[in-house]
Amino acid sequence: MKKKRRTMAMVVAALSCGAMLLSGCANGTDALTIGGSSTVQPLSEVWAEAFIADSPDADISVQGGGSSAGVKGAADGILDIGAASREIKSQETSDFPDLVVYHVAADGVAVVVHPSNGTVDFTLAEMADIFAAGSNDEWTVINREEGSGTRDVFEDIVMGGARMAADAEFLPSNGAVKQKVASTENAIGYISLGYVDTSVKAVTVDGVECNDGNVVNGSYPVMRYLNYITNGEADGLASSFIEFALSPAGQEMAADEGYVRVDG
Amino acid sequence: MSRYTIDRLSSRIVFAFGVISFVILILIAGFIFRESLPALRNVGLFNILFGTEWYPRYDEYGILTMVVGSVMVTAISLAIALPLSLGTAVLLAEVASPRVRGCVRPAIELLVGIPSVVFGLVGMVALAPLIAELGGSGSGSSVLAASIVLAVMVLPTITSISEDSIRALPRTYREGALALGATHWQTIWRVMVPAARRGITAGTILGTGRAIGETMAMVMVIGNAPIFPDGLLSPARTLTGSIAVEIAAASGTHQSVLFVTGLVLFVMVMIINSASLLAYKKGAH
Repeated sequence: MKKKRRTMAMVVAALSCGAMLLSGCANGTDALTIGGSSTVQPLSEVWAEAFIADSPDADISVQGGGSSAGVKGAADGILDIGAASREIKSQETSDFPDLVVYHVAADGVAVVVHPSNGTVDFTLAEMADIFAAGSNDEWTVINREEGSGTRDVFEDIVMGGARMAADAEFLPSNGAVKQKVASTENAIGYISLGYVDTSVKAVTVDGVECNDGNVVNGSYPVMRYLNYITNGEADGLASSFIEFALSPAGQEMAADEGYVRVDG
Repeated sequence: MSRYTIDRLSSRIVFAFGVISFVILILIAGFIFRESLPALRNVGLFNILFGTEWYPRYDEYGILTMVVGSVMVTAISLAIALPLSLGTAVLLAEVASPRVRGCVRPAIELLVGIPSVVFGLVGMVALAPLIAELGGSGSGSSVLAASIVLAVMVLPTITSISEDSIRALPRTYREGALALGATHWQTIWRVMVPAARRGITAGTILGTGRAIGETMAMVMVIGNAPIFPDGLLSPARTLTGSIAVEIAAASGTHQSVLFVTGLVLFVMVMIINSASLLAYKKGAH
């Protein structure tokens, strides 16, 4: 009998714990879900951390999933803010006309080679030729998968309608491309400027170095905006979060993460 | 409750579990098929299955190169793994002393538990650069690297099933062969292995299924190039790898074609499983 009562007590305790957890969830109306581009994800995480430090009630979760998932998630209401490292495509605009885009940072796409190379300079046309020709004795071409936001930028700006060769290596992330280029002597690939470090060498394009200043002033041509997307104008927590991202403090964090400020 | 009620009740519950797993299978198949429909309608099954160009940006969605890539890597990895596995199985079942067996067997079994991403990592960081050095150019991401990694991954499957089936043979087989004057070696290769061929075949087919379905390790070492590989050192792309690499960023028709890719895999695995069932039944006569 005594044993039974103890069991009962445990069950009650467990139930009330569960109830407390549940009610905790229900009270947290300040919930915000951000997801999408893996390029934007680290930046969103930094912003989220700083934002929560200021307003501890906010419950912000940051996910990956890719730019298209970000756009779709925002449109479907699965995400409060969708993140995309590319602009909205015309088909997406026609499918989901209410989407609003906020430029929250800019990013250069650096073309990188093995660090054993000296200074390498290409014109856009020369780079297009290399990626259209594919891997050969001179270059091992490292490309990104179809649909990648970084690849979209590269194709739009560099390739000029020419097709990228199928005879190349296709890797699914900036990090993977960097690792491959760093470990392969004749490799050439392209990665987001934020990922460039000493393990690879960024080439100059028409003599212009890929760095923050040159991306902002438009002299380095291969660049894009990182976007937050909401379904309709952002309101509530989403609105204040985007405001925070665009504030001088937020933009400073973007710069620290290797992205380029959009507040001039 | 009487024990008979419990008996009846438990058989009902077990039956319900069986039905649930069947329903889950049907749901998954149905979901993949539903998501495939837009691509099947817009692009057409023929164009997808027999197209050789993969340029979603230009609305070209041919996956034949990947079917070839998957089949090629699977075949080569089995060609590497089968002799190794059979040798290991014979060693474990017939030749090895209990002490050697006590070392080798757990090691093989441990191989099963290593996550595929770890195999991929070792392949990417150790094997691919080695192949690049020996092969002269490129980064080493190739059919060869993928096949070797895959061979190591299917090795334990084929080994343990083959060993079990050799071990399960009646003692009389071995005793009879030895009594007729066969050497130990002749007994193994002329009597034991042929008698266990049903299990060995089943193990090989299971290994094939695992090889076709392997994804993460392949993505990391094969280079994912949607081309017909023109040799062992050429990169290639597998069906599973294509889905894994592209699904995150895909939308619209592109995404739907990736589901068709899944459908093709589904059918391939079904064929393999039916083959294993058939082999099993045939062997039973």
